Amino acid sequence: MITTALRMLIGDKTKLLGLIFGVAFSTLLICQQVSIFAGLLGRASSVINDVRSADIWVMDPSVRTIDASYPMRDTELSRVRGVEGVAWAVPLFKSQVQVRTREGRLENAVILGVDDASLIGVPNEFLLGRVEDLALPDAIAINPAGFRLLFPGAELDVGRELELNDRRARIVAILDAAPAFAANLTIYTRYSLATTYTNPGRNVMSFIIARSGDGLSPEVVAQNITDRTGLKAVSSSAFRNESIMYIIENTGIPVSFGTVVVLGAIIGVAIVGLTFNQFIMENLKQYAALKAIGLKNRRLLAMTLWQAGFVCVIGYGLGLGAAVMFFRSTADVDALRGFYLLPEVAGGVAVLAAVIVLLSTLVSMRRVLTVDPATVFRG
Amino acid sequence: MSSTTIQHSQKHAPPSGSDAAVVCRSIEKSFGEGQARVRVLRGTDFDAKAGEMTFLVGPSGCGKTTLISIIGAILSCDDGDIRVLGDDLRRMRNGRLAEFRLDNFGFIFQQFNLLPALNAAENAAIPLVARGYSTRKAERVASEMLDKLGLGEHTRKIPAQLSGGQQQRVAIARALVHSPRIVICDEPTASLDAASGQRVMELLRDAAMDHERAVIVVTHDDRIFRFADRIAHMADGTISTVEQGKAEHSKTAVAPEDTTP
Repeated sequence: MITTALRMLIGDKTKLLGLIFGVAFSTLLICQQVSIFAGLLGRASSVINDVRSADIWVMDPSVRTIDASYPMRDTELSRVRGVEGVAWAVPLFKSQVQVRTREGRLENAVILGVDDASLIGVPNEFLLGRVEDLALPDAIAINPAGFRLLFPGAELDVGRELELNDRRARIVAILDAAPAFAANLTIYTRYSLATTYTNPGRNVMSFIIARSGDGLSPEVVAQNITDRTGLKAVSSSAFRNESIMYIIENTGIPVSFGTVVVLGAIIGVAIVGLTFNQFIMENLKQYAALKAIGLKNRRLLAMTLWQAGFVCVIGYGLGLGAAVMFFRSTADVDALRGFYLLPEVAGGVAVLAAVIVLLSTLVSMRRVLTVDPATVFRG
Repeated sequence: MSSTTIQHSQKHAPPSGSDAAVVCRSIEKSFGEGQARVRVLRGTDFDAKAGEMTFLVGPSGCGKTTLISIIGAILSCDDGDIRVLGDDLRRMRNGRLAEFRLDNFGFIFQQFNLLPALNAAENAAIPLVARGYSTRKAERVASEMLDKLGLGEHTRKIPAQLSGGQQQRVAIARALVHSPRIVICDEPTASLDAASGQRVMELLRDAAMDHERAVIVVTHDDRIFRFADRIAHMADGTISTVEQGKAEHSKTAVAPEDTTP
């Protein structure tokens, strides 16, 4: 009877389109919103992700996120280096700075100063230039999104000069750093240079990034650092999660996205529920006839579930396809960099779409199950 | 040909002879509760034998539809005995009743009740598909039945593309395609003009009448009484009179050749 059930559904093209549209719309909306939300959260930890060589982050005990640091004394670096299990530790400066081009374009940027000697902390992927170039005078490296922000329409290149807080800086490399939460433009330079581009106070060191020794877990070493120095030390993954949770707990972003997601689900349930109910009501006499002929409730239930499943699969497929198209079409948009459809989101929305369709069809199913087959004899 | 037996006023009498396909004794059925309770069937007795076309006629509200619903194992009675093909319907549970209907009954409804999205062959094939036939085989058997009913060129048309008479013929095919022992027709000509009604009844007679099959027709249409072997008149929930019909059956039974799933 599966074919019969599907033919019944396909035969009513208007309602079929309505049902599929409902599921597809919800799928697209929820996929897109959840993915962008996940992308935004990813930006909250993008700097941590880009500093791959370190697995421990050390900071002032009051710090709760990568985006708000409280400077530490430079002497803390030596104390951390002295803790057992620490393979190496280097300073990291992080701040925000205003950048102006010669053409007068002004942008806000996240600036990261890495250890002058080792240059540890700079992302590995260089599109133009080399990491060694950062040793040159006034040398900075920026991300492609930042370059295009500063020089709209220009091809990526090196050698251009910028003004950072009234000081000259020269782009020597383009590196593939992800945009940060606070700004699309990310600048990497030497620690000593970074501090001159900003106006730090007495203490300037934002973070200490460190590596745990062979065979030691970063969590254990981080705990050692905390115990020995009184500073807050956490593993990279813990700091990543903490930064993300900070955004979730302290901004209205989750509520905003969550509202859209819930609305998407409600609209899906409403469209699919009403349309499916109308479809069932119009076919109720036929269901009664099928019951009279001898089909059991179990079979009729299976038929409606197949119809619901068909709508769910097609609607979800189309919605997912539209979401993929959206993210593909925006892949080159720097403002949306890092926003892409996660497999986890696609999987989660598949479950949600199934729940939406199931919820929507429950009332209709009840009508099918309770319809009196004797009604077929009543004119 | 055996004759239909309608017995009156035999309270809880034992079922009649072994050739009776349907035996109803003292059937009671009421609807509603308290003061709103309506006693629809009042100790109704009714028999129908295989090989006969029995008409059940009477004014609206006399209980015809309730009686055929009970005979068709769709509705349960409050009291009385009902045996269909020797089985006591009152002892069967809902699931078994559904199986019993599927195996033994063919229904023809006043409004045809064809699935609008399915073509004629698919509609006619439903009882076979429900019994486990593959869709392809069921549609092949259904197409053969439609061909015998003169719809061979319309098997791929959906109901909306067929006339009322043609739709009723599809319903007849659906009712007969699985070779049921009992066919129940509810006002089969009510939605048709006179000529179409006559044609449908001729086809029904030719296709359905078989020495092993009982056909029960509920109708108001006295223009088709000539097809009846027996006419049972019903009034106020009981069979009031029974008259002999004047049917001259075609002996050419029509049934699908292969009915194994």
